[in-house]
Amino acid sequence: MTYTKMPATNLSGSDSSAIEFVQLEAHEHPPGASTLLGFWIYLMSDCLLFAALFATFGVLGASYAGGPTPKEVFELPLVAVNTSMLLLSSITYGFAMLATHQQRIARTQFWLIITALFGAAFVGIELYEFAHLIQDGATPQRSAFLSAFFTLVATHGLHVTVGLIWMMTLMIQVGRGGLNLANVRRLTCLSMFWHFLDVIWICVFTFVYLLGTLR
Amino acid sequence: MNDHAAHDDHVAHDANSNHGSLRGYLIGFTLSVVLTAIPFWLVISGVTGNKLATTLVIITLAVIQIVVHMVYFLHMDFRSEDGWSMMALLFTVILVVIAMIGSLWIIYHLNSNMMPGDMSQMP
Repeated sequence: MTYTKMPATNLSGSDSSAIEFVQLEAHEHPPGASTLLGFWIYLMSDCLLFAALFATFGVLGASYAGGPTPKEVFELPLVAVNTSMLLLSSITYGFAMLATHQQRIARTQFWLIITALFGAAFVGIELYEFAHLIQDGATPQRSAFLSAFFTLVATHGLHVTVGLIWMMTLMIQVGRGGLNLANVRRLTCLSMFWHFLDVIWICVFTFVYLLGTLR
Repeated sequence: MNDHAAHDDHVAHDANSNHGSLRGYLIGFTLSVVLTAIPFWLVISGVTGNKLATTLVIITLAVIQIVVHMVYFLHMDFRSEDGWSMMALLFTVILVVIAMIGSLWIIYHLNSNMMPGDMSQMP
């Protein structure tokens, strides 16, 4: 890297060992060097989307319109099972990343498959819960509380589903190209996405399910 | 060619820096299991019998668990990306707090001012 000094404009007459303020020459940007920061900023914007949905739920969460209350419709043991699925998938993805950094392709693929199975179990249990609610008449149309609930939880579920599709795509890409720099970078992005969804789920089970049941 | 190798080294180093360890993941997982089990147990069993206390404990545990995930799973610190990751995170946290507290506060006041019961007392 070459740093070029600013043209000397100091009138005090000091020598040229002044601080460099501006890097005049174009410096190097290796391919993908800024991808991880960019993806992190995307996640932060996604965080704002969820904040809007959480604020909506916070405002409408007690408007039952004579319909079912959280205590009547939420099954906490099922939510606990769902939470453990997502938590287990988080640590298995961690194992996949450790294998990735050791350049072990088979082991990475193995942990990715386990992670995808836990993720699929999470989505399956959530769909079962939704089907159960809708059968009992607790549809999104029933009350503002249920509209806000379905919008928030289903948006999270949709993110997990997209994460699963991404994971399968990466399994194929790793199978074809091995653990090259580009694939390691992609796996790292998905790792951030996946752990971020787990953080959102902490807020969901705390503010929606547990505090809803307490209300 | 040397230059190109330097690029690769640079990227490989960036990708490899701060990617966690088996020990870190296991510590994070254990803490998360404990921090998830306690709030579920508190609500399902209803041991405290005090709604406000339970609410405060649950929210505190959630905040701690979010920090645990950020540190052990997302490997957040003040050094990654020259501190810009943390800067973006702190900015987002401020926006989220404003959006959440602002919405709840304003709508709560609107609700209490728009109640039909209050209208009858108006001149």
